[in-house]
Amino acid sequence: MSSLFAQEVPLSWYLLLSAALFSLGVVGFLIKRNLITVFMSIELMLNGVNLSFVTFAQQWHAVKGQIFVFFVMMVAAAEAAVGLAIIIAVFRARATLAVDRIDLMKL
Amino acid sequence: MHLILFLVFAGFCLGGAINLLIQSHPINSALSLIVVMVSLAVLYLLLGAEFLAAAQVIVYAGAIMVLFTFVVMLLNAGREARTLGSRAARVVGFPAVVTILAVIATVILHAQGLGVARLSDGLTNVPGQTNIELLSTVLFTKLLLPFEVTSVLILIAILGAVALARHDDTDPQGSAERTGK
Repeated sequence: MSSLFAQEVPLSWYLLLSAALFSLGVVGFLIKRNLITVFMSIELMLNGVNLSFVTFAQQWHAVKGQIFVFFVMMVAAAEAAVGLAIIIAVFRARATLAVDRIDLMKL
Repeated sequence: MHLILFLVFAGFCLGGAINLLIQSHPINSALSLIVVMVSLAVLYLLLGAEFLAAAQVIVYAGAIMVLFTFVVMLLNAGREARTLGSRAARVVGFPAVVTILAVIATVILHAQGLGVARLSDGLTNVPGQTNIELLSTVLFTKLLLPFEVTSVLILIAILGAVALARHDDTDPQGSAERTGK
């Protein structure tokens, strides 16, 4: 019981959590059938990778890892703005958000 | 205490991510993604990244997710139809995910020399210096140029978003609608 109140957690647990989040993002990317939720799965993957950056920054006591996450966040914000604008444009052209019916570039 | 906080918020994280996959309505998926991002902010705090925790809440859970929910409501996105998806996803995608996860987990569990996360552990050895102080010093001296370049990137993204999402002005019906003729 006293170990439950431990003041430290192995960094490998954080890394496992980050790998699990990334994999759930990939699974969501594959199974979701709505354009917006597919985009959300990509954000989930980005967050999983960010967590491992912060974990390794703590491991090596290097601040560069945290700065990298800061830049990833800024690029993700730009990417979300442009991506959602593209989704709005696609919706205007095709009147649907179902990825099965947006298949103009499919072989 | 650290362990309890980690377990609780890692549970929230995984639960939110799984809920994102299960829910068929996009607005529910967006709300569970907010849960994931806020729990991640707490985990960042535990890892000694106070600035990133604040930025995570403001930028991700605030700005980006508001944009997502806004688009979900603007496009009136309804319940998604469940289909089998593409054959490539079933044959290549899922085995690849399982393989990647298994490989990463094996590597992590066998890695030697991975440390532990302690709340008292800072990134600096200088007494009296906080993590935020160190981060801002490096960001605004050594990495000033990349920082400024990102602001240009954001500006271009704004212009691109406006150009992509606005109505075409050559469309006579649309312009007549807007001018009220």
